[in-house]
Amino acid sequence: MNDMTLTREQREARLEGMGCKRKRVEDIRFTQGKGQYVDDVKLPGMLHGDFVRSPYPHARIKSISTEKALKVPGVLAVLTAETLKTVNLAWMPTLAGDVQMVLADGKVLFQNQEVAFVVATDRYAADDGINAVEVEYEQLAVLVDPFKAMDADAPVLREDIKDKTDGAHGPRKHYNHIFEWTVGDKDLTDAAFRKAEVTIKEMISYHRTHPSPLETCQCLCAFDKVKGELTIYGTFQAPHVIRTVVSLIAKLPEQKIHVIAPDIGGGFGNKVGAYPGYICAAVASIVTGKPVKWVEDRIENLTATSFARDYHMTTEIAATKEGKVTGLRVHVLADHGAFDACADPSKWPAGFFNIVTGSYDFPVAHLAVDGVYTNKAPGGVAYRCSFRVTEAAYCIERAMDILARKLGMDPAELRLKNFVRPEQFPYHSALGWEYDSGDYHTAMKKALESVKYAELRKEQAAKREAFRRGETREIMGIGISFFTEIVGAGPSKNCDILGIAMFDSCEIRLHPTGSGIARVGTKSQGQGHETTWAQIIASEIGIPADDIMVEEGNTDTAPYGLGTYGSRSTPVAGAAIAMAARKIKAKAQMIAAYKLEVHEDDLEWDIDGFRVKGLPEKFLGMKDICWIAYNAPPPGLEPGLEAVSYYDPPNMTYPFGAYICVMDIDVDTGVYKVRRFYALDDCGTRINPMIIEGQVHGGLTEAFAIAMGQEIRYDEAGNVMTGSFMDFFLPTAVETPHWETDFTVTPSPHHPIGAKGVGESPNVGGVPCFSNAVNDAYSFLGATHIQMPHDFWRNWKAAKELGAV
Amino acid sequence: MASPAKKLAISLTVNGQPVDGLVEPRTLLIHFIRESLQLTGSHIGCETTHCGACTIDMNGMSVKSCTIFAVQADGAEITTIEGIANADGTLSALQEGFRQMHGLQCGFCTPGMITRAHRLLQENPNPTEPEIRFGIAGNLCRCTGYQNIVRAIQYAAAKLNGVEFREAAE
Repeated sequence: MNDMTLTREQREARLEGMGCKRKRVEDIRFTQGKGQYVDDVKLPGMLHGDFVRSPYPHARIKSISTEKALKVPGVLAVLTAETLKTVNLAWMPTLAGDVQMVLADGKVLFQNQEVAFVVATDRYAADDGINAVEVEYEQLAVLVDPFKAMDADAPVLREDIKDKTDGAHGPRKHYNHIFEWTVGDKDLTDAAFRKAEVTIKEMISYHRTHPSPLETCQCLCAFDKVKGELTIYGTFQAPHVIRTVVSLIAKLPEQKIHVIAPDIGGGFGNKVGAYPGYICAAVASIVTGKPVKWVEDRIENLTATSFARDYHMTTEIAATKEGKVTGLRVHVLADHGAFDACADPSKWPAGFFNIVTGSYDFPVAHLAVDGVYTNKAPGGVAYRCSFRVTEAAYCIERAMDILARKLGMDPAELRLKNFVRPEQFPYHSALGWEYDSGDYHTAMKKALESVKYAELRKEQAAKREAFRRGETREIMGIGISFFTEIVGAGPSKNCDILGIAMFDSCEIRLHPTGSGIARVGTKSQGQGHETTWAQIIASEIGIPADDIMVEEGNTDTAPYGLGTYGSRSTPVAGAAIAMAARKIKAKAQMIAAYKLEVHEDDLEWDIDGFRVKGLPEKFLGMKDICWIAYNAPPPGLEPGLEAVSYYDPPNMTYPFGAYICVMDIDVDTGVYKVRRFYALDDCGTRINPMIIEGQVHGGLTEAFAIAMGQEIRYDEAGNVMTGSFMDFFLPTAVETPHWETDFTVTPSPHHPIGAKGVGESPNVGGVPCFSNAVNDAYSFLGATHIQMPHDFWRNWKAAKELGAV
Repeated sequence: MASPAKKLAISLTVNGQPVDGLVEPRTLLIHFIRESLQLTGSHIGCETTHCGACTIDMNGMSVKSCTIFAVQADGAEITTIEGIANADGTLSALQEGFRQMHGLQCGFCTPGMITRAHRLLQENPNPTEPEIRFGIAGNLCRCTGYQNIVRAIQYAAAKLNGVEFREAAE
């Protein structure tokens, strides 16, 4: 180490620090099948729990008989709401301030709701037990359509709160109403619309879908009666929050709860919330004295845990004839299902949907969101997006295209005309955010040039003429989206989960021989934290990334953190990592000054150690400093070289990007081909470009799925129609388009390393881009807005309705 | 409720080792592999044959082990992800390709994907990109968007064919 025979470039390269396409350390175990996911963990005497679920979306439970089930070989216990009431856990609090049944208490409110929990020696015996539990139901009127939720004669869903006029977020207007959330200046906005030369109004729906990671939600709970300690292995994106919530609701001392999130097989928001399976497995372990595992199957995952979206957004824009926007008015009807189990920061009932002004300089805006109950599964998680940001981006990006069409303007030109200008940053939006940084015009222009946009429009015009002449049955769409995200929740001044402030943390401990371990409050689910976190440290303190082990997910060893979702890991924990490293560097500088016999101010940092200014041969490398720190520290300085940082960010970060999609659609079959998809992302400082591109590919693929077919659909009777991968669209390698990636770099001014987060940008920007491409294709036939998802059948239907078939 | 059926004895070869087991007739092969043999590299993602996380190699074919009974594997030769590495313990060309090309993220689909690609390259040692995409269409990945998985398989094919890996121009 610190071998001065190496060139500067070699010393730099050896670190594999920020900006380097470092190969992932995780891959060594994952490619050999040596990852350890929850279902791979086995404890002696372990039992399996599984649910009896309701076949009905709304029914009263007249009786539950467990007698026959308890006689099934291998079945040891059956929990019902009555059992859970003895420990006061029949209901649990949701992250959104509501309460949710753990097991059906008197009635069921959605199909596949958890009714009883059978505990048996193995998963087959548990299944036998489920089949032997007898439940008598009395069906009730079903509410499926959210637009009918507040009708005078709508069925009463939540009898537990039907007379409550105040909810967690203010007054309730109806027994099926959850909250109304308003932001912005209504009077000024209404005035802008009265004066407007041009207005548009459209109901833009973002359908219900599901994150559906390949590994479902699961846990293994082991209660030690002697020690009074509960150990929980689980698929948790936020293990510390789980520990605190379990402590609060189960009244167990927090130090006696050990939460371990091992390797996680994808999360995408699905693994943020707390589900009945976790509570039941924990109670079952306490009751039986044995470890109890709960593993959700795919049908359960799709139908019972954590849907996403289901926002119905009536959107109006006011503008001048020249295309300058003067006002935005949005009303959202939000379908929350049977319980409000949204996973948003607690004070934000509609997440950060008030980013809906997007990348545009709206002088005034007003937003109102009404949340309602229906007989559908609870949830409302941020599926690969910061809280409700993808809904907001879809809303504004679709609406800007509709406005462009009404004005007869090119959608790119309309966007360029209305972007927040570089000199306006930090920019205060009409709905209350302070955008930290951005250079939208540069990004948009680079994207347009890269795809040769003008030529594409010419080709499209020619194709349309050919279509009109009857020479082709194929139509061409060019989709543009320009998104601004808001990620990195968040500053404790406005972000908390059930009162827990949303900081994050890092502890770095360097060892005497010049290596170390970093423990972080986040939890990777595929993002590659073990690789990238070490890169930040390598650049900050000159220890090669290969010599830093990164550990997450064990609440006994990791410092308290709020976990990984909402693209918050890099903005919040990434900052904590850099700040902890800087504390170490400060102490290292004191040690180097003492050993080199100069004042600290006479030292300069040089890649992997300190050098005396003007005396290049007087150098002390970090590896040597590590040894000295433990074994020969300067007099008066305590030994050791470690630091902890808890980082409470001053603001969110605002990644942005310009996406362009070119699509061809056969009007007679509705079959589309994505000819080209170009994604330019600006996520500030880029830590590992290989991983960033991988994140963008993955997010775009999920966006493609959502926009083009992926949906959780209910029939009129409340039956969920999309309960398996046969009906729920997950693209294979055959359907998935080829992705082109590009970037600009506008560092965040308030983040220690200027990074902004990227994992969710492609989903946020991708969905409107695909949808705009489809809508653009049909626009010359008279379409204004075609609702997602744009599967073959709907494309064909759209063509038919427009008279093209 | 009928009592569980009598257990049946099976003998098979897994990753080159002879294995005996006693299973219920209804035991799925994936559960036998994961629970009885403790080979947890093969995963369960859907239990309906869609996702391919449980893909193993059985008698020279890719098989989704979540929808086949363990008794049907009596006498079979099976390779799981744990048997894919080179004999000296180093990563196989495919495993290395997945790492070099960033062909995985959460790692949950990876064992099934590599096991499938292992068979694909024996069926077609020099596949085109469309052939690779079609060849892995039974394996779902939620993280990567497949683009880097395709590159990983191309990398491995080149290495196994003894030629230099060249990326197709964008």
